Amino acid sequence: MDPSSQPPPGTPPVAHLDLKAQALLLCVLLLFALAVGYVLFARGAFERTQNLVLVADHSEGVVVGMDLTFAGFAIGRVNRIELSPEGNARIIVKVPDKDAHWLRESSVFTMESGLVGAPKIRAYSGILSDPALPDGAVRKLLAGDAAAEIPKLMASVRDLIANLTALTASESPLSASLGNVQKLTDKLQGPRGALGMVFGDEKEAQKIITTLDRTNALLARLDGLALKADSLATTANGLATKADAQVFGANGVVTETRATVVQLNALLSDARNSLKKVDGVLQEAQAIASNTREASADLGTLRGEVEASLRKVEGLVNEINRKWPFKRDAELRLP
Amino acid sequence: MNQPSSSTNLLHHWLRVASRWSLGWAQVVHLGAQILVLALSPSSYRRVQRPLVVQSLYRATRPLLSSFIWLSALVALVIIRIVVATSLTYGLSRFALDVLVRTLVLELIPLSAALVVAVRYSLAAGDEVRGRRAAGEFNAQLKRGIDPTRDIIFPRVLASCFAVITLALLSSVITLVLTYLSVYGFALWGVDAFTRAVGQVFSPVIALIFLMKTVFLALAVAVIPMVTTPRELALQTSSRAPADLTRLARLLAVILLIEVLSLVGNYY
Repeated sequence: MDPSSQPPPGTPPVAHLDLKAQALLLCVLLLFALAVGYVLFARGAFERTQNLVLVADHSEGVVVGMDLTFAGFAIGRVNRIELSPEGNARIIVKVPDKDAHWLRESSVFTMESGLVGAPKIRAYSGILSDPALPDGAVRKLLAGDAAAEIPKLMASVRDLIANLTALTASESPLSASLGNVQKLTDKLQGPRGALGMVFGDEKEAQKIITTLDRTNALLARLDGLALKADSLATTANGLATKADAQVFGANGVVTETRATVVQLNALLSDARNSLKKVDGVLQEAQAIASNTREASADLGTLRGEVEASLRKVEGLVNEINRKWPFKRDAELRLP
Repeated sequence: MNQPSSSTNLLHHWLRVASRWSLGWAQVVHLGAQILVLALSPSSYRRVQRPLVVQSLYRATRPLLSSFIWLSALVALVIIRIVVATSLTYGLSRFALDVLVRTLVLELIPLSAALVVAVRYSLAAGDEVRGRRAAGEFNAQLKRGIDPTRDIIFPRVLASCFAVITLALLSSVITLVLTYLSVYGFALWGVDAFTRAVGQVFSPVIALIFLMKTVFLALAVAVIPMVTTPRELALQTSSRAPADLTRLARLLAVILLIEVLSLVGNYY
């Protein structure tokens, strides 16, 4: 055996050394492969992506690997930055297919630079029902730089401070106004108070006080008038209540009229029924008349027969009278 | 007459020191080149040699594994807690992951792995090799037609390199897991964001520099202790200063140089 393969002196022998050594080697190789695979996966090497080209005025602060975020979630990664022939920065963003549906035709892209840290590229999709953004679409990147606003802000603050200084100077109008306010306050605290401050004269102030007294008296009278008006209104209210009871009460005019109308309706219906009965009577009378007409025709015939019989009877009586000796009157009277 | 002779002596002395220094570094580079050639040579992994190489890897790595992992996990946990709490205090929590991955995984872990392997294994292995050389074992093997560099030095160098890479790899994985648990807790909802943050840190350039740094640190830790430079031989004979200390200083200088170069590559 080669002496170099022997363990160092003082080292205890290891059971199954060869097997353990090979297992360790395999484990380390496997772990190395997994680590490389994880880093490649983290870099998006196994993702299907589509390109999005963002055109900006500049690419300051933009680095390869920067995220494109939507609602705070990273959905893409800057893959390349190049200068276009027009002098603009072209930022090529790789968007995984699984996240590409967040980007629509109407999506807006912004680059916001804060005071601390790198700028952030954000996507805003207001209408998610719009058509999806195609592969290789070119969009304008709207840049907003907070640091760029600082000089403007400083200029505005400087103007503001100058104005404040002018306002608060001892000879400034504001200072004079405050002096006048102080004088007014002193007058207010004086014996004549606010009236003296307003009119500046005792007589004028007295006139105002007299006017106020008269106004108070007038107001007192107006109070009396108002009380009377109140009583009148109360009376009118009572009358209205009574009239209401008379007209609309249980025995009011309207109620009785309504009852009368009901009765008239009943009478009209009775009259209608009576007329129907009269119609029936008339029909019967017509029938009787026709019968009478027929009876009259028969009476004519009967009269003729009676007249013939009477003539026969008269002839018979005349003959008897002629023949009868005791006749005193030959004339026969008809019943 | 004395002054020119003393200045000449001083000049000769500095020239001697410079030649020894350059010769020492030339030996280191030469051995490194030999090791690289042997690493790419199939004869280094022949059937007889293969168990020896694999067992050397195990003997170099296994004793360090548990202690280093526990220690690095503890230190990582403390650093993670400090960074997360500080970033939360200043409202910069979105940068915490980036800072942690860059600080721990990219910078501290490879460096600490290299130092631990140097102190616990490769310096001792270098002493053993020197002892066997002093015992005439190398000459005996050469007479038998066996290359001692291939059969004695190469397995130990390879074992040191393997130990450095293994410890760095394992410790990086554990640190990433601890970072995730510290930031997101025992839940899976942050895996996507965490993976994306890790992916952002490991850009192609950064990943390449990280790999190169780890490999060069491993090579430095493995090769430098194996070389006995002329200056160290002189120190051993004069016994003015221990040669081990000189070797350790050289190793630390090289580690520092690699670390600085990697920082320059990463951030400039």
